Amino acid sequence: MSNFSVAFTRQGSIRVLSLTGELDAHTATEFEKAIERCKTNGEFSIVVDGEHLAYISSAGLGVFMAFIEEIRSEGGDIKIAALQDRVYNVFDLLGFPILFEIVGTVEEATRLFATGPQ
Amino acid sequence: MEVSSSLRHLRSVREFVVQHARQAHFPEDAIDECRLAVCEACTNVIEHAYQGQPGRLVKVSVAVGPDRLSVRITDNGKAFDRSTYFEPEIRRLARERRSGGLGVHIIRRLMDRVEYRSRDGKNEIRMVKYRP
Repeated sequence: MSNFSVAFTRQGSIRVLSLTGELDAHTATEFEKAIERCKTNGEFSIVVDGEHLAYISSAGLGVFMAFIEEIRSEGGDIKIAALQDRVYNVFDLLGFPILFEIVGTVEEATRLFATGPQ
Repeated sequence: MEVSSSLRHLRSVREFVVQHARQAHFPEDAIDECRLAVCEACTNVIEHAYQGQPGRLVKVSVAVGPDRLSVRITDNGKAFDRSTYFEPEIRRLARERRSGGLGVHIIRRLMDRVEYRSRDGKNEIRMVKYRP
């Protein structure tokens, strides 16, 4: 049984993906499918809520990296919110804060979309 | 422990490392780093050494001493070619829409010593994390 799940919610025009569990090379395909589903639906303003994400490996980070250019080329973005410290440390280790806006809460992340481009 | 070459076993490998490190009262931050490094190394064995082929053997051993945690991971797949490794630059990887190439970098950043050996069709990665 997978120890990872993605919940889909919406805040206005923004799609919020709430990640729960452990995101590794085994579960990364679930996250890929979630982003693909957003693309198919024409949803390119995406907030990833990491409050309940307990673990991430490079395979999980790789999903962010693989999709970000395409999402931005459609005028959207992926903003990352509410990461636990131990998970944020992995993003930071690889320099992701230079490529992504990572903020404390989902509300803050959705406000960033309202205030225009990063 | 021994697991077959399936990514679904990554979680039990991580739990194995954490369990041994906690029993030896290794600090939690250092445990997090060892857990991630071992997960990355096993992922590389399954995806690259065994090229995704199921049913092959991955052996993981952990030893915790007074000053260090040592991990050894062995496989019988394709040897890791260090010449293919390059320091990842995430802006470039994102531009190229690539999802891989980060695991070896993570291992090198998080562990204090990393050695790769290949002999007689057997590959081994040894990693050491000193107790902070």
